[in-house]
Amino acid sequence: MSSDGNTALKLAEVRREEVDEVVVRFAGDSGDGIQLTGGRFAETTAIAGQDLETFPDFPAEIRAPIGTTYGVSAFQIHFGSSAILTSGDAPDVLVALNPAALIVNIEEVKLGGLVIVDSGSFKDKNLRKAGYESNPLEDGSLEKYRIFPIDISRLTLESVSHTEVNKRDGLRCKNMWTLGLISWMYDRRLTPTSDWLEGKFGKKLPEVAKANIAALKAGHAFGETAEMPDGVRGFTIQPADFEPGIYRTVTGTEATAWGLVTGAQLAGLKIIMCSYPITPASGLLHVLARLKSYDVTTFQAEDEIAAVGAAIGASYAGSLGVTSSSGPGIALKTEAIGLAIATELPLIVVNTQRAGPSTGMPTKTEQSDLYLAVYGRNADSPLVVIAAHSSADSFEVAIEAVRLATKYMTPVIILSDTYIANAAEPWRVPDADHFKPFKVGFRTETEGFQPFMRDGATLARPWVKPGTLGLEHRIGGLERAYDSGNVSYDAENHQRMTNTRFKKIEGIADDIPLQTVESGADSGQLAVLGWGSTYGPISSAVGHLRSEGKAVSHIHLRYINPMPKNLGELLARFDKVLVPEMNMGQLSTIVRDRFMVPVEGLRKVTGKPFRIAEIEDGIHARLEK
Amino acid sequence: MNDIVTAEELNAKDFTSDQEIRWCPGCGDFAIVKSVRKALAEIGTPTENVVFVSGIGCAARFPYYMATYGFHTIHGRAPAIATGVKLANPDLDVWVVGGDGDMLSIGGNHTLHVLRRNVDLNILLFNNEIYGLTKGQYSPTSREGTLSPSTPMGSVDHPVSATSFALGAGARFVARSIDTDQKHMPEVLKRAHAHKGASFVEIFQNCIVYNDGAFSDFAEKRTAPDTQLHVEHGQPLIFGADGNKGIRINHDILDLEVVTVGENGVTLDDVLVHDETNRTLAGWLARMEAPEFPVAIGVLYCDPAESYEAAVRRQIEDAKKKAPPPSLNSLLQSGHTWTVEPH
Repeated sequence: MSSDGNTALKLAEVRREEVDEVVVRFAGDSGDGIQLTGGRFAETTAIAGQDLETFPDFPAEIRAPIGTTYGVSAFQIHFGSSAILTSGDAPDVLVALNPAALIVNIEEVKLGGLVIVDSGSFKDKNLRKAGYESNPLEDGSLEKYRIFPIDISRLTLESVSHTEVNKRDGLRCKNMWTLGLISWMYDRRLTPTSDWLEGKFGKKLPEVAKANIAALKAGHAFGETAEMPDGVRGFTIQPADFEPGIYRTVTGTEATAWGLVTGAQLAGLKIIMCSYPITPASGLLHVLARLKSYDVTTFQAEDEIAAVGAAIGASYAGSLGVTSSSGPGIALKTEAIGLAIATELPLIVVNTQRAGPSTGMPTKTEQSDLYLAVYGRNADSPLVVIAAHSSADSFEVAIEAVRLATKYMTPVIILSDTYIANAAEPWRVPDADHFKPFKVGFRTETEGFQPFMRDGATLARPWVKPGTLGLEHRIGGLERAYDSGNVSYDAENHQRMTNTRFKKIEGIADDIPLQTVESGADSGQLAVLGWGSTYGPISSAVGHLRSEGKAVSHIHLRYINPMPKNLGELLARFDKVLVPEMNMGQLSTIVRDRFMVPVEGLRKVTGKPFRIAEIEDGIHARLEK
Repeated sequence: MNDIVTAEELNAKDFTSDQEIRWCPGCGDFAIVKSVRKALAEIGTPTENVVFVSGIGCAARFPYYMATYGFHTIHGRAPAIATGVKLANPDLDVWVVGGDGDMLSIGGNHTLHVLRRNVDLNILLFNNEIYGLTKGQYSPTSREGTLSPSTPMGSVDHPVSATSFALGAGARFVARSIDTDQKHMPEVLKRAHAHKGASFVEIFQNCIVYNDGAFSDFAEKRTAPDTQLHVEHGQPLIFGADGNKGIRINHDILDLEVVTVGENGVTLDDVLVHDETNRTLAGWLARMEAPEFPVAIGVLYCDPAESYEAAVRRQIEDAKKKAPPPSLNSLLQSGHTWTVEPH
């Protein structure tokens, strides 16, 4: 075999079966390197030109006790030759590296699906820890699936026996052996991963690199040479039909970071990103902290409140203040966001939502901070809320947030979630030279200046950098007189200022695109209205049902406050509106409140994204009524 | 940095805004605002390059009365907001103003961190040992047993010392002054401004309505010579109406004690000489309390180091030097990419 195992034996190639799309889930202990395995497989899948969507699903604990169910880490990847919009409903293939990984994941595997297990880890102690009373590989309880037990532990140790690593480090190569086997199964090249291993360990830990590469190749060779049970074979998947262009894979975290950097450049501003570590939002701080050469300043504050405070201070001083957190942290920031509303300063707040309330499930996804974003502050305090619908979409959403924040002198909340933040998908990289700048014009003219005088069209007040001669002024959280900004408790003035703060945000509806229909007719029996990361499953479900001739349409909201001007009129053209959300019906109540249209919710709060089938079932139920 | 204009060009009036002051008649804050304006005129930074950031409370109304840039923010968060201002524009002269409740209670955490980070801010804590704006509740600096609407039988918790807290947090400039001391305060403020890094100044401020006379045991002009110790770098720690009382180390108890020069064989050589770079001595001075000791006034500690925003800026400049000139396209195409050719 060749060094990268790519030119497999002719015999094996002949036997490859062509398939359109597959869902594979890797699962094991949180210390097994599952996320790394999945990430590497996603990378080589992208290189093979297929479309893909990933779903990393890991515990909050860094190293949970070995072998426990709550320590199971999983990575699902859905890939294929046609458009892939979700990380997949049910795995066709489950790789379980221990009994806990099997018991936690087996229920979700397709009936008749392939389950590859490391039989070497199915020892009494591990079985007990997972909660098995007898060995499922022997007691017939898995007969609904095709079980392929392989002693991966032993084979891995054998494959690294010629290297200098000890037994413990040798066993840690299990994930690479597994990756080798799955790479054989789906015709993936090994060189990108072996190069990556060389790069990561080659210099400092050459033996570790050698052992991992040996295990990777051994897993691949096993696929080529071992006798496979019935139905286990190599597969071929054609490259997906992508528009021409330069592509990369991108997570929501990366796309948000790059969108913010891009937005700041288009606005002619320096980014000052102030944050406090919190799962799953810290990634944004990490990505931006490495972009210093792009004049990005990051500040890890002492707490969430200091983080938003420093971001507001940065905006006050003429930079783009950005803060980022997840629900519990956003809750802490609310008073300060009110200050930015009152003083009318631009501010970007990124909320990577997670399951709650309180600490909830830090690594699990949810969309339950919609009320918090739209309403969650003291007093009447409107701001802009926009939501990203996928990893790649986060890029445009971040740019749009910067545009609106700086043009209207307002805080903008970007809603993302755990799923979008972590999931990777291919992205056609836009040409930055084609972006339209929206350069901020700081006020320098002293003639006629008042700190709260407003632009006639946008109602935005002027942005003045401290340091500007002749424009010294004071702002603050106390209510201020309409133009001068001087402290005012005047009754009529407070009414007028409150009205104006609302009018300013409502007026943004004139500056955002009208709501379009994602797929389907613009009137009819049923519209499925979504926002955020439900985009993938709703698109797929509506697509399937439309191909079956069902009259159903998909509408997906980016702008949540203000909403597009035509949304109410558009929704009214449907008999029914179904809103699937990963909360207890938050968008449903907002839409019902704004437009008085009959809206039904489809609720899911399991910490996992919707499956396509769940949404299809929901649509069927409404169509049949 | 700002060009320093000569003192003749600016006077206290240039720093006075057109807003009517809304503090209670007789409040110590009037004297402080006067001293601050005088100090700023002497420092000579143009008004447009000066920013006052405050939290909430009586003291926090301060920015409205200054003809500079000003930001009256939310309770306790002024140090955080000022950090953002300084990160955005290190060339600005940023002053933070707050009271004991603002900076040591609700905002204690931010005070701690802004000091340890050494952000180049001039932080003025007006300590009146009471909550004024909420009508007289006891504060974290109130002495034990303080009678207040929320402690009708007297407060039972122990007060925090602002200067000991600041030193413990790692502040590199810690000073004290008294509201009514119009001669002393501008000098301390000028020292605070000259220090690059976080400068922490505790100003004892009399609340005439809710805590009148809180500092009379050492702040009264009449008895000041015997109750205050004005420290000066390189000078012996001498005080008293007759100029013969001094501070020395009692090695038996490892603490300071008051001695009288010329009595019991004590000479001037026994008296400690103030070294403002000595953190241990600063800690001792901060803890001296009336009536056993005089209260130390002046610059207790000053030992500069690189400021936070300067270090942050330095890393960014280093990164820019090492990396190629940034283009958005190079950012978006960093890492692995592949090309799909036209069909």
